[in-house]
Amino acid sequence: MWENLPDILRLSLFVAIPLLVVALAGLFSERSGVTNIALEGIMIIGAFTSAYFMGLIYDKTGLDGNVLFLIGMIIAISFGMIFSVLHAYASVSMKADQIISGTALNLFAPAFAVFIAQSLTGYSKVSYPSNSFFIRETFLSDLPILGPIMFTKTWMSVYVGFFLLILAYIVLYKTRFGLRLRSCGEFPQASDAAGVNVKKMRYAGVLISGALAGLGGLFYIVPITGNYDANFGVYGYGFLALAVLISGQWKPFRILLIALLFGFVSKLSSMTILIPFIYDMKLPTEILNALPFVVTLIVLAFTSKNSQAPRAVGEPYDPGKR
Amino acid sequence: MMNREKIASFFKRESSVSFMSSILAIIAGMLFGFILMLIFVPSDAWAGLKIIITGAAQDGNKSFGNFLYYSAPLIVTGLSVGFAFKTGLFNIGATGQFTVGGFAAIFVGVRWTFIPDPLHWVVALIVAVLVGMIWGLIPGLLKAFLNVHEVVATIMLNYIGMYLVVLGVKRFVFNELYSQSTNIVSSAAIPKMGLQYLFPDSSVSGGIFIAILAVIIIYIVLEKTTFGYQLKAVGYNKDAAKYAGINEKASIIYSMSIAGALSGLAGAIVFLSTSGTHISTTYVLMGEGFEGIAVALLGLSHPFGVLAAGIFFGYIKNSGFYLQELAFTKEVIAIIISSIIYFSALSLIFKKFIGIFFKKKKEKTEKIGDDE
Repeated sequence: MWENLPDILRLSLFVAIPLLVVALAGLFSERSGVTNIALEGIMIIGAFTSAYFMGLIYDKTGLDGNVLFLIGMIIAISFGMIFSVLHAYASVSMKADQIISGTALNLFAPAFAVFIAQSLTGYSKVSYPSNSFFIRETFLSDLPILGPIMFTKTWMSVYVGFFLLILAYIVLYKTRFGLRLRSCGEFPQASDAAGVNVKKMRYAGVLISGALAGLGGLFYIVPITGNYDANFGVYGYGFLALAVLISGQWKPFRILLIALLFGFVSKLSSMTILIPFIYDMKLPTEILNALPFVVTLIVLAFTSKNSQAPRAVGEPYDPGKR
Repeated sequence: MMNREKIASFFKRESSVSFMSSILAIIAGMLFGFILMLIFVPSDAWAGLKIIITGAAQDGNKSFGNFLYYSAPLIVTGLSVGFAFKTGLFNIGATGQFTVGGFAAIFVGVRWTFIPDPLHWVVALIVAVLVGMIWGLIPGLLKAFLNVHEVVATIMLNYIGMYLVVLGVKRFVFNELYSQSTNIVSSAAIPKMGLQYLFPDSSVSGGIFIAILAVIIIYIVLEKTTFGYQLKAVGYNKDAAKYAGINEKASIIYSMSIAGALSGLAGAIVFLSTSGTHISTTYVLMGEGFEGIAVALLGLSHPFGVLAAGIFFGYIKNSGFYLQELAFTKEVIAIIISSIIYFSALSLIFKKFIGIFFKKKKEKTEKIGDDE
C-alpha cells in the first residue's frame, strides 16, 4: 500500500487543484463583499470556450502541447472574466440580490454552452488534444518525495495552481489593493470614508473571481478526457469549490488544506484496489464515492463553530447605512 | 382624476411594484431568447417564439395536461426553496431532498405491495415526505448546533443522497436492462383525480392538486400562524428574534425540515407516476432542485408567487418539448428562464422606473392642489 501512496497523492492533486483555483476565485469575490454562487456557471463557460478554441486552433494550425494549453488558459481566463461582468453589474451596480444573479448565471451557462455547441458544430461535444499537454518527466522527477508526486506524469495546471495560491496570498495580505479589497468585504462604509472606491473594488473582486473560475473550469476538464461534453457541465465542481471556500474559512492556506483533503479522500476511495484492507471490505462503489463528501461534512462539523465569513458579504453597498 | 390616483396608488404598493417588475423581467427574458434564436437560426426564430408562447395549445388538451404535469414538481420544489428563504436559509439542497424522496416513493411503490390498494400511493407519498424531511433535518441540526453553513451542508448532502439513491436503486428496485429503477405498481401511482377526462392521453396526475394544496398550507403556516411568524422573524433578524424569546435553534431545525419535506414531496409527485419516470443509475445530480431555486426567486418566495412562477415555468418547459421540432435544442428554454431570473435580479431598475414615473405625477397633482 505505501508504495502506491505517491501515485494516489499525485492523482489527488488533479482533483484538488481545480477546487483550489475555483475556491480562490470565490475568495476574491467574497472578500470584496460579493457572494459568488455563480462559480459553477463561470467554470462551465471557461471549460467550454477554452476546449472549443483549443480544438479549433489545433485543427487549423496543428499547434499542440503546453503552448496550446497556455493559449487555452488565456481563453478560459478571458471568457470567465467577461461572463462574470454580468454578475458584477447586477450585484454591484444594480445592487441586486447576489443569490438571484448567481443562480441565473448557473442556469444560463450550461444551457448556453449546449446551445452554442449545437449551433456551431452540430454536437454537444468538442475535442482538443489533451494528451499533448501531459508532462511525463521533468528535470525534477528524481527529487525524493516531491519528485514522483509533483514532477512526473503530471499537468501544468498543478504548478499554475500552486503559483496562484501564493499569488493570491500576497495580493490579498501584502498589498494595498488586497487590504482595500478585504476592507470592502468587512465594512464598506468605513472603506468609503477612508477614500476607497467600494464599487471599483467589488468589480475587481468579481472579475478576478471570474478569471480564476474560468481557469478552474479548464483545469477541471483537462486531466479527465480529451473532449468536453457540454451536456455534463462540470459535475457540480463549482458548488464543491464553494463548500471548500466556506470550510476553508475564507483563508487561502486553509482552502488548500481542505482541497487537498477532499482530493485525497476522493482518490483514495476510487482506487481502493491499491489499498488491501479497504478493498477487502468490499464496499459498494457508491459508498466509496460518497465518502469524500461525508468526510468534508464531518470536518466541517468540527471546525465551523467560529465562522469567519467576511462581515459584509452578500450585502449590496449602501453608503447611507451605518 | 380619481382613476389615475387609483392606478397610482396601485403602482405604489410594494407588492404590485414587485409583480410588475416580475412581468417586465419575463418580457425581457423572452425577448433575449428570441434575439438569440434570431442570431443563430433566423429562419425559424418566429416559429420558435410562437411555439414558446402557445406551447400548451400545440396538441390541444394533451399538451395542456402535460404543462400542468411539468408545473407540479416545479411549484413544490420552488415552495421548498422559497420557504427556506423566508426563514433566512438558502436551501441549495432541494435536489438531494428531491432525490431521496423520489427514491423512497419508488421503493414503497415497488416493494410494499402488502398495503391495501387505495392506500398504497398515500403511504408512498408520506414515506417520501418523511425521508425528504430527514434529508432537510440533517443540515438543520448541523446549522443549529454546530454552526455548519447550510449551503455547504446541503451541497454535500446532495451528492451523498445521489450516491446512496443509486446504490439503493441497484440493490432494491433495479431494472438492469435500462440501468434505472423498475416500474412502480399501478396502485402506487398518484390517481388522476378526474383529470384524465379533461386531458386525455397526457401525463398529468393529481400531483397538481397536491402541489396547490401544499401552496395553501404553506401560505397559512407562514402568514396566519404564530409558528410561521416566529420562523420569519428569525429570517428577518436572528438576534432580534432571540431577544424576543424565540428559540432560534428550533426555528432553523423546523424550517429546514419543512423545506426538506416539501422537496421530498416533489420527488414523490414526479416518480409516483405511470408515465415512465424512473431514477437512472448515472451519477448526475437531478436538475429539479436547481429549477426550484429559480421558481422561488421569480416568485419572490411568497407561496402564491411561487405558484404563479411554477405554472409559468411549467408552461414554457412544456413548450421546450415542442421546440425540438424546429432546429432548436430545448436548452433555449433554460436560457430564457435564466435570463428572466437575471432580469428579475435587475428589477430595481424597473422598480425605480415605476416609482419615479408615478412620483412625478403625484408631485404635479399636489402642486396644482397648492395653487388652488
